[in-house]
Amino acid sequence: MARQTCFFLLLVLFAGLGAGMGSAGWGHAETGVPGVGKSFPPIVLEAPKDPAMRTYLGIGDVQTFTVDKVDADVVVVEIFSMYCPHCQREAPTVNAFYDLARKKNRPGKTLKILGIGVGNSSFEVEVFAKKYNVPFPLIPDGEYHVHKTLGQVRTPHFIALKRGADGSRKVVYSQAGSFGSPEAFYRLLMER
Amino acid sequence: MKKSVNLYFGMAAIVGLLGLGCLGVPAAYGVSEAFHGKIYVPGPLKPVDSELKVRVGEPAPDFVLPSLSGEKVQLSQFRGRKNVVLSFVPAAWTPVCSDQWPGYNIVKDLFEAHDAVLLGITVDNLPTLFAWTQEMGGLWFPVLSDFWPHGAVAARYGVLRSDGTTERAIFVIDKEGIIRYIDVHDINQRPPLEEIVKELEKLPKP
Repeated sequence: MARQTCFFLLLVLFAGLGAGMGSAGWGHAETGVPGVGKSFPPIVLEAPKDPAMRTYLGIGDVQTFTVDKVDADVVVVEIFSMYCPHCQREAPTVNAFYDLARKKNRPGKTLKILGIGVGNSSFEVEVFAKKYNVPFPLIPDGEYHVHKTLGQVRTPHFIALKRGADGSRKVVYSQAGSFGSPEAFYRLLMER
Repeated sequence: MKKSVNLYFGMAAIVGLLGLGCLGVPAAYGVSEAFHGKIYVPGPLKPVDSELKVRVGEPAPDFVLPSLSGEKVQLSQFRGRKNVVLSFVPAAWTPVCSDQWPGYNIVKDLFEAHDAVLLGITVDNLPTLFAWTQEMGGLWFPVLSDFWPHGAVAARYGVLRSDGTTERAIFVIDKEGIIRYIDVHDINQRPPLEEIVKELEKLPKP
C-alpha cells in the first residue's frame, strides 16, 4: 500500500513537473493579468545592463529584480512588443508620460515606468528603444515567460502598481490599449 | 502487485510526458491590440510542411509578382544593385504573421545599411493584403501576392505547404542573385530579427 502511495505521489510529481515546464516561466503559474486590488506576480526580470537604467529603477547593481523592488510609489509596467503596431504608435505618448512623471516626481510621490517586451530578444527591445528614443528601461521577455504568466495579454497593456502604507503594492490600473492623454493618466494614478 | 506498480509507473510517465509535451507547443504570441478581434487563430500547426527546392549557394529562381503598389516586381531587377531579403509569411490575418512585418516596418534603416531590399510575399490576393497591411498602418517595403497561379513562386522555392499556405521563411539573396541564407522557420514562431541582420552583415559591404 505504501508503495502504491509512493507511486501515486510520483505520478502527481511527474504530471506537475511536466505541466509546469511546459507552461509559464519556471516557478510561475499562469496567474492571468492581475486586476485592480491584486498583487503583481513576483516574476524575476533581467536587470537592465545600462547602469543609468538600474539607477532609475533604484534596484542597485543586480542581475535580476522583481517589480516590487523598483524604488517608486507608483510603478507603471508596459507590456509591449517591438512587432506590435499599436505599441509603436503609442511610443511617443508613453515617452511623454515618462517626461511628465519625471518633472512631477518628488519625495513620497514618485512614478517610474518600465517596459517588458514580450517575445522580444534583447536585440529587438534595443531596436524599439532606439527607434522611439525610449528613455525608460525595456526588459526582454524572449521566451514569453512573463507574457504567459500574465495570461497572454494583448499589447500594449499597462499595469500600474501603487505602494500602500504597509509597503505592499497593489494594482490600481490594468488595461490593454492606449491610456489616453499623459496628463489625465498621471492624474488618475497620482491624484486620487 | 508488480503489475500494479508498473501500471502506476507507466501512468506517471505518460502524464508527465503529456505535460512536457507542452514544451513543443509554440510560445504565446504577443498579439497587438491593433488586431483585437480580427485575427483567425488556427492553433499550433506542423512546424514545417514542405521540402525546400533550393539551396544556399544556388541562384535564386527568378519570379515576377504583382505588388500592392500596382507594379509588378521581378527579383532579377535587383541583380547587381541590391541584396534582397524575401520574407514569406503563411497567411494574412493570422497570429504570428500579423506581428512579424510590423516589426520589419521600423527597421528600414537596418536593411538600407546593408544595401538590401525586403520583399514580403504571401499567397493571399491583393485585396486581402491591402486590408491587412492597412491595419498595420502601411508598410515601407513591397508586399507581393503569390496568389495566382496559386503559390507558384513558393512552390518553386519549396516553401508551399500542403494546405496552400506558405512556410514562414526567410531567404537572403546577394547582389549576384545567389542565395546566401535560408531559414524555413517553425511556422508557429517568429524568426528573431537579429538572425536576419547577422546574415546581412556577412554580405559584402556596399
